[in-house]
Amino acid sequence: MSTNEQAVTLEVNGIAYPVQVPMDSNLSGVLRNTVGLTGTKEGCDDCECGACMVLLDGQPVNSCSYLAVQAEGRAITTVEGLADGDELHALQRNILAAGGVQCGFCTPGMLMSARALLDRTPNPTDDEIRIGLSGNLCRCTGYAKIIAAVRETAVQL
Amino acid sequence: MTLTIATSIDDVLAAMANGARPIAGGTDLVVGARQGKVTMPTDLVAIDRVTELATVSKDGDSIRIGAGVTHAQLLTNDVVVNELTSVADAAALVGSPATRNVGTIGGNVMNGSPAMDTGAPLMVLGASAELQTSSGSREVTLADLWTGPSQTSANTDELCTALVIPQPAPSSGSAYIRLEYRRAMEIAVVGAAAALTLDGDSISSVRVALTAVAPTIIEVDGLDSLVGAPANDETFEAIAAAAREQARPISDLRASDRYRRHTIGVMARRAAHAASVRASGQIVPVPVNRAFGVGENPENIR
Ligand SMILES: Cc1cc2nc3c(=O)[nH]c(=O)nc-3n(C[C@H](O)[C@H](O)[C@H](O)COP(=O)(O)OP(=O)(O)OC[C@H]3O[C@@H](n4cnc5c(N)ncnc54)[C@H](O)[C@@H]3O)c2cc1C
Ligand code: FES
Ligand code: FES
Repeated sequence: MSTNEQAVTLEVNGIAYPVQVPMDSNLSGVLRNTVGLTGTKEGCDDCECGACMVLLDGQPVNSCSYLAVQAEGRAITTVEGLADGDELHALQRNILAAGGVQCGFCTPGMLMSARALLDRTPNPTDDEIRIGLSGNLCRCTGYAKIIAAVRETAVQL
Repeated sequence: MTLTIATSIDDVLAAMANGARPIAGGTDLVVGARQGKVTMPTDLVAIDRVTELATVSKDGDSIRIGAGVTHAQLLTNDVVVNELTSVADAAALVGSPATRNVGTIGGNVMNGSPAMDTGAPLMVLGASAELQTSSGSREVTLADLWTGPSQTSANTDELCTALVIPQPAPSSGSAYIRLEYRRAMEIAVVGAAAALTLDGDSISSVRVALTAVAPTIIEVDGLDSLVGAPANDETFEAIAAAAREQARPISDLRASDRYRRHTIGVMARRAAHAASVRASGQIVPVPVNRAFGVGENPENIR
């Protein structure tokens, strides 16, 4: 082991992954390249766009700008952890049905921010939805359909 | 490079005595290092799991905000929202939910940016930073702490454990407002905080501090002459004039120096107005930026 690597166990979607990672690796890179879960996207790699959003102990974090080794001992949830087997999460079904997915690059991050929002605010106002998603950029949809999907999910859940 | 995850202040201080630098949310440090603006320290000690650092408490005549308290926690803490409202105004503006979830008040203050949002509110509330090493602790006023952009007078082995704020007097209110071009993921173009105490309709104390118009957050001097003045438009305009005069803004990508000098007066006037409304016992919702509906209702924003 090089002195710049550290052995850590990352708990992703309830599964423990023992990994050996360079100390300065970002969490998104380790999730994608070492753990092998590529649902989490890297857009800007600069903490601006939200494509890399994952949950740490249920709260949203920009994983491109978070040290992987600092996530040890926290429950990490990625977009792969949303569905229940083949059964999509209501947020996933609704964002598809509403037309809130075009190129889809922002979608994993949007879903994770939306999930965290609904966990803390089960019946959000439109303003609360906008604030909840304010760290996520979408170049395609114009946001309205994403917001509608979150609103619809809140009604259903 | 090493990273130690600490769970107590003693652990952190021991690591820092051996040369490790603290990382809390990493929203300044990791982002800055990945951009190449700062070098990633060789040894880091993660302080985000030190619960002793993550509480707000009343201690005699003062309120202690632990350095590890996140912006999200500031926003939901009753003591902060009710008694140190300008700090909540600032926390509400930081980044996005994700930034607020991991970003801490200690990281904001110790990072030393002249554009930090919690800095001006803490300054007008008379906060000092409690700095601790394995051999002792000291309290430093914020004016002495911030020495330049991204520079503080803290030694490398000193951990900021808390921001210590005198309990505000009855009939006091504070407010923070910033000029921003968008509502999230933004940095203050300029910003101003005011803390004000009323005696009936007149002002018995007033402090104003300014964001992003000098190498550090600065406090506006010479406002003592307003003690006894009525809390009215004329007084708020005098505050605006002092802010414009004492600002030393630069021109950059985000704004010219002239625009900053003009708008800092507007922000100072609005902050003083909102602080006086709060001091009178009325509610101005957090954050003032949204409460005044900037750009929406000119009647309200003056
Ligand atoms: C997308 C984005 C948006 C942002 N928006 C805003 C904004 O609107 N307003 C704003 O003010 N800031 C903003 N920031 C900056 C940043 O989020 C805040 O300054 C935040 O409070 C930093 O806290 P942290 O815990 O992440 O600090 P870290 O990055 O962990 O630390 C910052 C620095 O302080 C030192 N440090 C941290 N804690 C301590 C301590 N207890 N004692 C001694 N030294 C310490 C670290 O060693 C490091 O040098 C933004 C950042 C990003 C990435
Ligand atoms: S990839 Fe992390 S915010 Fe853009
Ligand atoms: S669907 Fe393309 S970026 Fe959002």
